[in-house]
Amino acid sequence: MSTKSLAGVNVDVNEEGYLTDASQWTKEVALAIASEEGIELTDQHFEVIDYIRNKVAGGEALTIRGINKSGVVDAKTFYQLFPGAPLKKATKIAGVPKPVSCI
Amino acid sequence: MKKLLILGAGTAGTMMANKLRKKLTRDEWDITIVDQYKTHYYQPGFLFIPFGMYSAQDVIKPKSDFFPIGVNVIYSKIEKIVPAENQVQLAEGVVLNYDYLIIATGTRTAPEETPGLKDKLWYKEIFDFYTIEGAVALNNFFKTWQGGELVVNIAELPYKCPVAPLEFVFFADAFFTERGLRDKVNITYVTPLPGAFTKPRATKMLGELLKSKNINIIPDFNVAEVNNDEKKIVDYAGKEVKFDCLVSVPTNMGDEMIERSNMGDDMNFVPTDKHTLQARDYKNIFVIGDAANLPTSKAGSVAHFASEILEENLMCAIEGRPYTASFDGHANCYIETGYGKGTLIDFNYDTEPLAGSFPFPGVGPFGLLKVTRTNHYGKLIFRWLYWHILLKGKEMPIDSEMQMAGKKL
Repeated sequence: MSTKSLAGVNVDVNEEGYLTDASQWTKEVALAIASEEGIELTDQHFEVIDYIRNKVAGGEALTIRGINKSGVVDAKTFYQLFPGAPLKKATKIAGVPKPVSCI
Repeated sequence: MKKLLILGAGTAGTMMANKLRKKLTRDEWDITIVDQYKTHYYQPGFLFIPFGMYSAQDVIKPKSDFFPIGVNVIYSKIEKIVPAENQVQLAEGVVLNYDYLIIATGTRTAPEETPGLKDKLWYKEIFDFYTIEGAVALNNFFKTWQGGELVVNIAELPYKCPVAPLEFVFFADAFFTERGLRDKVNITYVTPLPGAFTKPRATKMLGELLKSKNINIIPDFNVAEVNNDEKKIVDYAGKEVKFDCLVSVPTNMGDEMIERSNMGDDMNFVPTDKHTLQARDYKNIFVIGDAANLPTSKAGSVAHFASEILEENLMCAIEGRPYTASFDGHANCYIETGYGKGTLIDFNYDTEPLAGSFPFPGVGPFGLLKVTRTNHYGKLIFRWLYWHILLKGKEMPIDSEMQMAGKKL
């Protein structure tokens, strides 16, 4: 774990750059992480981010299926918003832990 | 008379009926088990059918062979559970009451969840091998197939027996090599995972094995649709993989009865305490096997290890004592790698698969994360153990709790 300066504030991150304390997250921090990932956040991005933060706060697991059924965005749009590895990128920007697949 | 009701007479439900009939006295406890089907399938055997190593007859026995004396057996569809009234409704208005309920209704493949999967090429050039029908249809297809692009695709996580599709491609490599067709069959493994498996050491070992067998891997692929006309699978990012024969591991979901009862998550798995095995929302309901939403493999070995925990904790609940057993998510998987050899992994919620020897430290006879002939025999012998020891709830020579002895960090 280390400390990183994002949008002028110091936040705690793990070795992959995920915030370790969700309460340190702000919209400005999200914008800073997103720009490191090459993504410019729009209102639609923030709708997805809010959904993710609420889900995680409620202790629920995140899945592509869940996002697709969330009514916020469908899976295809989710991929367009966070290209490549959408769950990994979206959780990083939302300041929550990276989802683990346990099989 | 108190009533224990078990829903589902597959691996987990049958084991629990056998264990608990011995534990609960017959003058005090009525035990009933319900399942809609009369046939018990040895599901680990499905993998061998496409390659002609087992026939359908090798994996089928009547369920009735495995129930102990003194258990009521009902073959009926289950309409729904009404937990608030401690009641289960069967088809045609039959109602069963319970003091304790065990849900063991497992998981099923749901190909209809992926657009185009169960379409005009289904069981013609697109197959699954997680059902007897799919495994037999694929066996018939392979008998005359002259080669092309063989694509194995996992639709979604979680899915039953996470190593089975890997074993499938290892077997396919050996099968087509032995038929002199391997140079005409290009094998590609397409998975939503970032690699061959989830945990680092097993992923590295199995990834290298794929490479050495000339099997391509396409990771991070979440299938959005199957295009039957152009014979390709397409993911949400627009990536495409062409196939001549597609072998799919369809989305796995819990029983539809769970949805009708409004007791499941978005995939119809029942939220369950991962250590006690008690249903999260109901004190007198326990969940075992694939039906639970536990963060470990959906596999018979997991159900087997969990059965010992559940037996102990159910007795605690009945006798009003605090729970004394805690499930660690233990899974143990023999992995066929083709040519009469196999490997073995052993892990739990917290410990990834490690190298070493199993079950006796330093002695084996099985090697963890190693490819050996003995591991393959372990898997073959297991079928006998399954029918004669495991389902009957008798003791197996493996601890339910994962052991670190014999493992290398």
